[in-house]
Amino acid sequence: MVFERDGDPLEVLEGITLAIPQGEFISLLGPSGCGKSTLLRLVADVLQPTEGTISIMGRTPAAARLDRALGMVFQQPVLLPWLSVEENVGLPLRIGRWGQSHPSAPSPASLLALVGLQGFEHVRPAQLSGGMQQRVAIARALVSDPSILLMDEPFGALDAITRDRLNEELLRIWTETRRTVIFVTHSIPEAVYLSTRVAVFSPRPARIRRLMAIELPSPRKPHMRDTAEFTRYTAELREALEDA
Amino acid sequence: MTSERASGIASGAAGETSLRPGPRPARRRASRREAAWRGYAISIGTFLGVLLVWQGIIVIFHVPVFIAPTPLQVLGSLGADSHTLLINTWPTLIETAGGFVLGNLVAIVIAVGFVHNRTFQHSVYPLAVAVRTLPIVAISPILVLLLGNGYAPKIAIAALITFFPTLVNMTDGLTAVDPQALELMHVLSASRWEVFRHVRWPTSLPYLFSALRIASTASLLGAIVGEWIGSNTGLGYLIVVATYDYRTPLLYATMAVASAVALVFFYGISVVERYAVPWRQVGGAE
Repeated sequence: MVFERDGDPLEVLEGITLAIPQGEFISLLGPSGCGKSTLLRLVADVLQPTEGTISIMGRTPAAARLDRALGMVFQQPVLLPWLSVEENVGLPLRIGRWGQSHPSAPSPASLLALVGLQGFEHVRPAQLSGGMQQRVAIARALVSDPSILLMDEPFGALDAITRDRLNEELLRIWTETRRTVIFVTHSIPEAVYLSTRVAVFSPRPARIRRLMAIELPSPRKPHMRDTAEFTRYTAELREALEDA
Repeated sequence: MTSERASGIASGAAGETSLRPGPRPARRRASRREAAWRGYAISIGTFLGVLLVWQGIIVIFHVPVFIAPTPLQVLGSLGADSHTLLINTWPTLIETAGGFVLGNLVAIVIAVGFVHNRTFQHSVYPLAVAVRTLPIVAISPILVLLLGNGYAPKIAIAALITFFPTLVNMTDGLTAVDPQALELMHVLSASRWEVFRHVRWPTSLPYLFSALRIASTASLLGAIVGEWIGSNTGLGYLIVVATYDYRTPLLYATMAVASAVALVFFYGISVVERYAVPWRQVGGAE
C-alpha cells in the first residue's frame, strides 16, 4: 500500500510509503493529532487523498469498501442505541442487503460468542459497560467477513484493566481469523504487545519515522510484557517517538 | 420485544431494567415506585389546595358570580351544561387533531427535505421563519376569509401554529447524528435512504416527540383561536358566547374542558413516545 497526501489547508501526511503484507498486525504509533487516524480514514475511503494512491489488494479504497473488504472500529463503539446488541452486530448485513447476497457470512450470534458476549444478544448497548460495547463494535466489524480490520484507537477510551483484557481478546481473534489489522494507537506497550510491526509517526505533517518489526514469540502471553526483550522494544519505540 | 415495551410502559425505567441479565434488587424498584406515587400525591395535593384557596377567597370577599365563580359553581356548570360542552368539544377535537396531523406532517416532510437539499433549506427556511413572525390573530381572519366558516380555516390555523416548532426540532434532530455513525455508514457503503432509515430517523425521534408535545397543546390553542374569529360551534365559540352572556361558570367550565382535552392529548403523546422511543428511558433517564 502506498499513501501520500498533501492536506489542504493543513498538510497532514507527507511522503508516506508503506506496504502491508496480508495477515500482518501493524500498529501506527504517534503523538495525538499527527494524522494516524487520517491515514486510516484514507484506507477506509472516508477521506480521499489529495495526492498519491492507495492500493488494497490491487483495488482502490472505494472498490475495497464496496466489496466490504474493510471492517472499521472507532475509538467510540458507535453503536445505535435503538438496536439490540445482536441487531447492532447484524447492521452491516442489512445495509445493501449484504446478508442476503452473502449467506456464508458469519452470524451475529457466533461473532458475539467470539468476542465473549453470548447471552447479551437482546440487551440494548446502553446496558453494557464501555469494554463490552467495544467488543460489540469489533463483532460488528467482523460480520461482513472483511480481509482488513481498521482500528482507530479502539481501546483509547477504556480503563487500563479493561484495555489489557481486550488486548488479549483482540490477539485471540486475530490468531483465530488471521486478518490484516491496521491498528492506530498512542500506547507504546499496546503497540509492542499486539503487533508484528510498528510504524512510528512524526508530528504533522506526519511521516513514518521508524518501521520496526516486533519479533516476540507468538502467541503472545501477558507475562511477556515483563521480559527484557519487551522493554527493549518499548524503550526503542519511545526513543523513536521522542526523536520525532 | 412487545412484552419488553409493555413492561416499560407499566413502570417506566424500572420495567426496562428487567432486561438486564442480573435483575435489579426488588427493594430499589419498590422504592422508586413509591417515589413516583409520592410525586403524584404532591401534584394532586397542590392542585386541590389551589382550588380550596380559590373557593375560600370568593366566599370570604363576596365576589359576584359574573366576575369569578367558585370551583363548586364551575363544577355545577360542568354537570348542568354537559350536553352543550360535549357537542362543542367535538368540532374543536376534530380541528385540533386535523391541524396537529397536517402541521406536523408538513413540518416533518420539509425537515427531511432540508437535510437532503441545501438549496431547498436556504430557500424555504427564511420563509418559514417569516410566516412564524406574523401574529396568529392577524392571520386567522385572513384564513377565515380564504377558507370559509367550516373546519378548514381552524385546521389551517392549528396546523400553522404546530408547524414551526416541529420543523425546527425535526431539522435539529435529523442533523444531530453522531459523525462517526455517518462514517460507519459510509464504510458500509450505505445509500442515502439507508442512512436516513437506520441513523437519521431514529436519532430524530426524541427531538420529534419533544416538538409533538409542544404541538399537542399548541394545536388546541390554534383551533380555539380559529373558532373565536368565525364559528358557530366549538369550545372557542362557547368561550365567546359565555363571555358575552356573563355566564361566567360556563366560561370557566369551557376552559376546564379545553384544559382537560389538552392534558389528555399531551399525555397521549408521552405514552406513544414510550412505545416509539423505548431506548430513551434506558440510556438517558436514569
